[in-house]
Amino acid sequence: MDKLIIGGVELRSRLFVGTGKFANDNIIPAVIENSQAQVITMALRRVDIGAKQENVMDYIPQECILLPNTSGARNAEEAVRIARLAKAMGCGNWVKIEVISDNKYLLPDNQETVKATEILAKEGFVVLPYISPDLMTAKRLVDAGAAAVMPLGSPIGTNRGLRTKELLQIIIDEIDIPVVVDAGIGKPSEAAEAMEMGASAVLVNTAIATSADPVKMAQAFALAVKAGRIARIAKLGPESHYAQPSSPLTGFLNRGAL
Amino acid sequence: MSFYDYYSGYKDIDVYEFFKTLTDCDIQSIINKNNINEYEFLALLSPRAENFLEQIAQKAHQLSLQHFGRTIQLFTPMYVANHCVNKCAYCSFNAENKITRKAMTMEEVDQEARAISATGLKHILFLTGESRTKSSVAYICEVAQVLKKYFDSISIEIYPLTVEEYEQVAAAGVDGFCMYQEVYNEEIYDRVHLAGPKKDYRFRLEAPDRACQAKMRSASIGALLGLYDWRSEAFATGLHAYYLRNTYSDVEIAIGVPRIRPHVGVFDEVGVVSDESLVQIMLAYRLLLPNSGITVTTRESRDFRDNLIPLGVTKMSAGVTTEVGGHTSSNSTDSQFEIADSRSVSEMKQAILNHGYQPVFKNWMAV
Repeated sequence: MDKLIIGGVELRSRLFVGTGKFANDNIIPAVIENSQAQVITMALRRVDIGAKQENVMDYIPQECILLPNTSGARNAEEAVRIARLAKAMGCGNWVKIEVISDNKYLLPDNQETVKATEILAKEGFVVLPYISPDLMTAKRLVDAGAAAVMPLGSPIGTNRGLRTKELLQIIIDEIDIPVVVDAGIGKPSEAAEAMEMGASAVLVNTAIATSADPVKMAQAFALAVKAGRIARIAKLGPESHYAQPSSPLTGFLNRGAL
Repeated sequence: MSFYDYYSGYKDIDVYEFFKTLTDCDIQSIINKNNINEYEFLALLSPRAENFLEQIAQKAHQLSLQHFGRTIQLFTPMYVANHCVNKCAYCSFNAENKITRKAMTMEEVDQEARAISATGLKHILFLTGESRTKSSVAYICEVAQVLKKYFDSISIEIYPLTVEEYEQVAAAGVDGFCMYQEVYNEEIYDRVHLAGPKKDYRFRLEAPDRACQAKMRSASIGALLGLYDWRSEAFATGLHAYYLRNTYSDVEIAIGVPRIRPHVGVFDEVGVVSDESLVQIMLAYRLLLPNSGITVTTRESRDFRDNLIPLGVTKMSAGVTTEVGGHTSSNSTDSQFEIADSRSVSEMKQAILNHGYQPVFKNWMAV
């Protein structure tokens, strides 16, 4: 059976979706339904329990697994505090560690992310750290007790696809815990590509939220992730850099045998 | 090095001479680029770039969507004190103006905060005039501690402090810094700031450096457009934000685009900044700094603000009063300037939704 287990939970979908950037949060239930996603991430900084105004949590179906992220944290200490706050607010014990101290490219700080993961994993959190794709960081995260690693495909929000493909492939090949490709996936075809490469799952937000029809786009991603996973299991045919000619140049060498 | 040193390498550039060297081809290639530098930014402020406004707007819209999605962050200003020792020619709080002066007591701050919080807002910006006796650093800290009970993010727009003082107010719960240089041209700065500690151009110019060094989470800056040639001032403001973003990469930088409004005062040499020019400025900021905040306040009219929504605005004020105590209105004072968009928080919320955007009430919490 093709199972994806994270934090002891067998997940029924390999597409994780984010809840930021939507024009109106009331579209989120339809997006989640059409994406068939089970793991839903939201920035804790946006969550407003007991809000007089709208609260993103009101739009996430009960049966989903909440993956609060530590967006806004600039170092390990802040990420740890946000994670603990999330738990105290009733968001469960899953957390996506996001530590960004670079406001130009918005690239994650791998070193601080490892530190935060060590602390939170020991406290019993199911930790999914968001990283720049670096093998040694990924290995340290495994040692630190991460439940999965989430390397980026290209800078967050850019919709530029799998620009870090070579590095992602190394992590997928070398790391034994689930690898969830996060950030930069702009098209369903790119999600399929990540799955074909062997990613365990992908996380998509901007590409769905900023599409003209987020609900349809969610459905397209659901299909693409499934297609990519099936292709991975079926094993892709070998790639060749040359065409296989019907009259090969060296065919004469075998003629004598005929 | 501070921004003062950085800016000294640019302030003598004759921007109009530079504009003469630009061709349509230059503007076109700048629009097509992914990351632009400070001179390309200046080119976008040129008269020639005016012919490309729609194209620049499309690019700015796309960048804003990529970085912020369809969201607008809401906040409101709260004036807690208007005692002021400065004589600024363009401001109603000018020490010489005979207006009612007041510094709210902590009970009044609490009442005002409760009234604002009832509208659902979670981000507050509180303001004072410059008076180290009537609104001291200790007073600022006390206000922050009261506001902490009601809000998730607290910003200050007060007189410039030292690094140690910014650290003190941060420890009291302030996470955002806001200060407008008013005018970057040093000569004009000296002319419009007639007397008071605000005459110290450099101490104010370097205040954002100090706030960032004190680890504020966000820093907002800007020029009061209309005090001097807007192209030069927008260039200086953009450089300032660009410098801060590159120097303090863990601080969220935002730029305000205030145009001077009618006020009680004497300064009447105000230059006109047209709607078209304001849009050009905002779009140029967006292309230079794709993920920095852009704030548009109620100095602008309702219709104009609504039309700016898709162009890259990220923060808007709502339910605004510029009077001390204005949110509870019992003992309020004279206003700092007249506002042009008096919509309440719920009216703003609806207007943003009507434009296909999501009003965001909460985007931070104290950790």
